[in-house]
Amino acid sequence: MSTNSIEKLPTYLAIPPLKKDSMVGNGPFKANIEIQKDLGFPGEKVDNWQQVAINKIAETKSKYRSVQVFLDSCMKCGVCTDKCHYYLGTADPKNMPVARQDLFRSVYRRHFTFAGKYFPKLVGAKDFDEDMLDDWYNYFHQCSQCRRCAVFCPIGIDTAEISMAAREIMNVIGVGQKYPNQILGKINKIGNNLGMPEPALRDTLADLEEEIEEETGASVKLPLDIKNSEVLMVTPSADFFAEPHIDGLIGYAKVFHQSGVSWTLSSYASEAANFGMFIGNYDVMRQGALRIRKAALDLNVKRVVVGECGHAWRVAYSFWNTLTGLGGGGSDEYSLKLQNQLDSNYPQPQHMIEFTYDLIQRDKLSFDKSKNDHRVVTFHDSCNVARGSNMGDIENGQFILPREVIKAACNNFADMHKSTIKSTTFCCGGGGGLLTDDLIDLRIKGAKPRMHALKQSEQDNGVNTLAAICAICKSQFSKVLPNYDFDPYMIVSVHQLVSDAIILTKDSET
Amino acid sequence: MSLISIFFILFFYFSVLVFITGLSYKVVQYWNTPVPLKIPIAPAPLTKSGVFLRLTKEVFLFETLFKSSKWTWLFGWSFHLALVLLFFRHLVYFWPGETPSILLYTEPLKYAAYPLIFGLIGLLGRRIFVDRVRYISAPSDYLMLLLIILIGASGMLMTFANYYVDLGLVYNFAEGLITFNWSELPKEVIFLAHIFPVFFLIAIFPISKLLHGPGIFFAPTLNQVDDARKKRHTSNWAMQKEKNTKIDLEHNQDKGN
Repeated sequence: MSTNSIEKLPTYLAIPPLKKDSMVGNGPFKANIEIQKDLGFPGEKVDNWQQVAINKIAETKSKYRSVQVFLDSCMKCGVCTDKCHYYLGTADPKNMPVARQDLFRSVYRRHFTFAGKYFPKLVGAKDFDEDMLDDWYNYFHQCSQCRRCAVFCPIGIDTAEISMAAREIMNVIGVGQKYPNQILGKINKIGNNLGMPEPALRDTLADLEEEIEEETGASVKLPLDIKNSEVLMVTPSADFFAEPHIDGLIGYAKVFHQSGVSWTLSSYASEAANFGMFIGNYDVMRQGALRIRKAALDLNVKRVVVGECGHAWRVAYSFWNTLTGLGGGGSDEYSLKLQNQLDSNYPQPQHMIEFTYDLIQRDKLSFDKSKNDHRVVTFHDSCNVARGSNMGDIENGQFILPREVIKAACNNFADMHKSTIKSTTFCCGGGGGLLTDDLIDLRIKGAKPRMHALKQSEQDNGVNTLAAICAICKSQFSKVLPNYDFDPYMIVSVHQLVSDAIILTKDSET
Repeated sequence: MSLISIFFILFFYFSVLVFITGLSYKVVQYWNTPVPLKIPIAPAPLTKSGVFLRLTKEVFLFETLFKSSKWTWLFGWSFHLALVLLFFRHLVYFWPGETPSILLYTEPLKYAAYPLIFGLIGLLGRRIFVDRVRYISAPSDYLMLLLIILIGASGMLMTFANYYVDLGLVYNFAEGLITFNWSELPKEVIFLAHIFPVFFLIAIFPISKLLHGPGIFFAPTLNQVDDARKKRHTSNWAMQKEKNTKIDLEHNQDKGN
């Protein structure tokens, strides 16, 4: 297995020639009966799965314009073929975005179009048979829904929309992926992806407070379930326990401490991540968002701030207002209730980076940048932030703000090659519900383009620190960096850099 | 009237009918299909005028294609531009009654046939020689290129080489199609080989990948304004869920103070 060997990176990352079926396989572990039932999906593959799937395709394309238009419109120009990190890393042709879509499109054509019904060979239409379903399961779980291909598509086709729809259809026939579906069960029952109950969370936060006080002498608080706080902080639960995430959480706490703004976490909505997006299920995604709305209303906060998590920020920024009315401009009951309660002087929701950036702009934070002088930092734009959201409500704000925050805390910053950052950033290789050990081979290969750019930066600029604002990116990099001969601890949260350099006021205020 | 003229006249009306009804059906279908979520793709414009500018640049300049692949852009853009120019060049044949003088100045547009063929050969070459593009190509993808090459090549032979076709007959035939005053078409094979694939492509437009034409205007990734936080984006079926939701406030959560 390539898992334990160190990949030699070439000096120039060439587009690989096709290696057919190089990633053929059974795909990730499947969800068992209980996991599927928890989400309201059939426990096992239903007998008439083909008919159910075809009906579901019909329903999906009638509910999502994206799916209908994207299935019709592709002219097979092929410019997306060399843009996917999984293709570049595996050379399997079915990992080319258009070929991945074609798994879906060929079935659509066969069952829904004139040409596909009467001239299937001519237009590449195929029956939805067992082999096709196997390919669907395998290859739609080799897509991290990072949308890099969509940036390059001349007519805006977004493979993520197709891959989400495909996963939803597979779930409906009882063929679900274990990793995201199991996690979604936990968030629905307990409130976070870990299944960490309130007492455990409270203990963790208390320990962290002690730790910070010991280290800095400042009584930085990590409040939980405090009503009438100014800010409700919603962050990925990985921030509560995982390395390097937890140092980012400490960073948020220090920023709040310095800002004097009262804040709280919620034990009911202790998760910003929303895997409902990965499986393309509107209702499941909405349930996750509703927990946060409820927490915001219950705790009577004025602002909702989201921690460092890529897809969570896409869901929060782009979808929360639609899903729950948390944002501006809605006129229904909940929208009005939230608009009445939340402070309209701030965007709702707001990203932690926006919060910190705003304080920096107003000179409310001071830094000892020399604390980060042992680092030469580069920034990994996380795909969902980069391509599916904004920050600061200025064009390209999602690229500008994190870099400005880093530069405020660090003296040494250097970007990676321009074709691998910002809107054309390479995925870490673990997004979209693929951050599971049963996909480790894929994750290592998919990280290759990013690792290559990082290696160049290491050689050219002496980069030794990789900063990110996504829980999945951080976990993925910790795992795969050693495979490319990097130090696994070089990956940090942006707010860890803030945390290390921020100058704290010792007399704590409440 | 000869059988072959009758065939082509009927074929023309059939194609136009299929084109109009089929395309209307697709456009109405796209229009009526809800867009439940905001999914603009970076670099996403924050204003409506930004979206207008983005789509204008995409439609007229193929801006994204230029960023994605310079060769494909060169072939694709020159082909499409030439197609538009040649369309205007052909209006002169169909214009009923006296030809407006503006159309007489379209004569030099005939040279657009060169970039047309250049672009098409390039696109075909890519399809054949780039292994990735070959992999994703179905027979219909080649066939369409070949048909348009046939249209361009036959047109060029009639225009620039010694393949004589009676232009008077062409004018009468084309104008007759518009005015329902039908007349015989020129029966030279080169002319038939020119118009047959044209009519055929018009007919298959609404049932083929040629739908990328209207499709680009309906892609939410390109036509949405990135303002989700400021304006609540809704769709019928998604809002229905909101109506059915009542959150039971203040129940599990009274630990703070």
